[in-house]
Amino acid sequence: MVSGLHRGRVTAAFAMDPARFTHVDRTTWRIEPYGAMRVPAIIYADADLIRDMDDKVYEQAVNVATLPGIVQASYAMPDAHWGYGFPIGGVAAFDPNRGGVVSAGGVGFDISCGVRTMLTGLSVSDIIPVQKELAESLFRQIPAGVGSRGAITLDAIEMDAMLSGGARWAIGRGWGQSRDLERIEEEGCMAGARPECVSDRAKERQRREMGTLGSGNHYLEIQAVAEIFHPSAANTFGIAKNDVVVTIHCGSRGLGHQIGTEFLKEMAVSAAAFGIKLPDRELACAPINSEVGQRYLGAMRAAINCALANREILGHYARRVFGHYFPNCDLRLLFDVSHNTCKVEPHAVGGKQRELFVHRKGATRAFGPGHASLPAALRDVGQPVLIGGSMGTGSYILVGEESSETKAFSSACHGAGRALSRHAALRQWSGRKIIDELAAEGILIRSPSMRGVAEEAPGAYKDVSAVVAAAEHAGLARRVARLRPMICIKG
Amino acid sequence: MNCSAAPRESKTGWEHFPHDADVGVRGRGPTPAKAFEQAAQALSAVITHGEIKPQTAVEVQCEAPDVELLFVEWLNAIIYEMSVRKMLFGRFAVQIDNGRLTGTLWGEPVDIERHAPACEPKGATYTALRVARESDGTWSAACIVDV
Repeated sequence: MVSGLHRGRVTAAFAMDPARFTHVDRTTWRIEPYGAMRVPAIIYADADLIRDMDDKVYEQAVNVATLPGIVQASYAMPDAHWGYGFPIGGVAAFDPNRGGVVSAGGVGFDISCGVRTMLTGLSVSDIIPVQKELAESLFRQIPAGVGSRGAITLDAIEMDAMLSGGARWAIGRGWGQSRDLERIEEEGCMAGARPECVSDRAKERQRREMGTLGSGNHYLEIQAVAEIFHPSAANTFGIAKNDVVVTIHCGSRGLGHQIGTEFLKEMAVSAAAFGIKLPDRELACAPINSEVGQRYLGAMRAAINCALANREILGHYARRVFGHYFPNCDLRLLFDVSHNTCKVEPHAVGGKQRELFVHRKGATRAFGPGHASLPAALRDVGQPVLIGGSMGTGSYILVGEESSETKAFSSACHGAGRALSRHAALRQWSGRKIIDELAAEGILIRSPSMRGVAEEAPGAYKDVSAVVAAAEHAGLARRVARLRPMICIKG
Repeated sequence: MNCSAAPRESKTGWEHFPHDADVGVRGRGPTPAKAFEQAAQALSAVITHGEIKPQTAVEVQCEAPDVELLFVEWLNAIIYEMSVRKMLFGRFAVQIDNGRLTGTLWGEPVDIERHAPACEPKGATYTALRVARESDGTWSAACIVDV
């Protein structure tokens, strides 16, 4: 490992004080209700992660606990960090029959941002001889970064078809495979999408954005399976040590950003009329059973379909590139998860099943074994939970656990979480140096922006291994495999 | 990081301030409109440190019930124009009358090689949102931008 690139522990500017919590067990930290809190707040993390967390996570988890109709608790996952209204890594469920709300701030700007992992059937030794050419081809073929253009332009009719159809629409247009659908949440098509609730401006922003990766922390990676923790689940998932997978992290692009922007304002302005006191305007929300609440849900579900279609198209592009180098290669989708959503799900609360609106902001759904929504091939073992790390340190595949249902409405972490701001990262690292040092470790980075690479430096992220170990200890999800990056395309 | 575009004593300028995952932008000036213009410079500097040529002018209009929400609307109007036109903007003029903002953005199409854009703003947020007159009489406008 190259010195300087990877860091030790980094402490947040205003670090959290563990003494402010009821310490329930090694990875459960509880804030008892006070003030306007309707329920407790619970953070799942080990003591080091808690100490390194920004104090804003505490404040934001508490603020979420004050929202009307919240059920059981306001939760934060082990990768939680300072977000907008909700902490990133926040989970909260609301009951429409008890005045529950839907929050545009609680879903965030990048609606249905998520991760998909595809199995290649290839091993590390297959990739090594063509690693450089493969990296260049992927960089040329996958539109990434500001100013990049997608090859697809949607007219008004196709836009609405995409917003209603999601990945199914993409497959119908030849950009994907039908067998993928059972491996995508909602089987690739979110019900209840209402394209008519999406503004013309949001649609205009998306007209030429399909099949683009975006920028920031979004990426396409070629990864090697470095370690197996749970052999039987790995076997069911079809992964073994030294296998190679393709992982894509991106979301609903400009359309989701614009929907988030517009409804945030509308809900911030209308909250007072509904008698909702917002402790932070970014928590902008409306009753689920209100006209604006229903309109937001229709638009937000359309944005989920946009993200599902976008990842399906990017997966198709990856298949095309792999097909060039490995004509017999058959990329099979392991799973596709979204981590910025609000979904209606049945959950057991106090022994009774209730239909709840579960907000996951930077948190992954993690259904345990036996869940009815899982495809037959996965039902006995549980849902794959895909955790993106940083471009230097690797990622994880977890599996949902039954205990996660009572812990956090079947939710787990979504990534490493940032430890340092972009600002601080830029001061500490140079993009060129990171690329050279990672190349010496066998990791090829391709990006149009050296500054973008510096801002996403591996050292700017928390230790993803500590995050997933805490998630496992807390009973949120169990580790199946660790992935080591070989090629990373960044926007 | 203080990246003031003008000498400090003029009390006009912009800066970035840190957020865990994203970045804060702050503009200062003798009026709210000037502070908004400077904050827009800070927004552009989130994306690129390269020169942005003022080749094309784009007009935007927005309104909001208060000056803080208006500030977020202004930044989001710029983000929208950057996104749909694939342009970057480097010069800004703002007029504010009774909660209505009229702005002009000057810029050019993104040149990936020359601008090497670092990231794409998704939206301006209400986090750390503050538009206020400071004790020295200058106006300050700030919020976190999700990138």
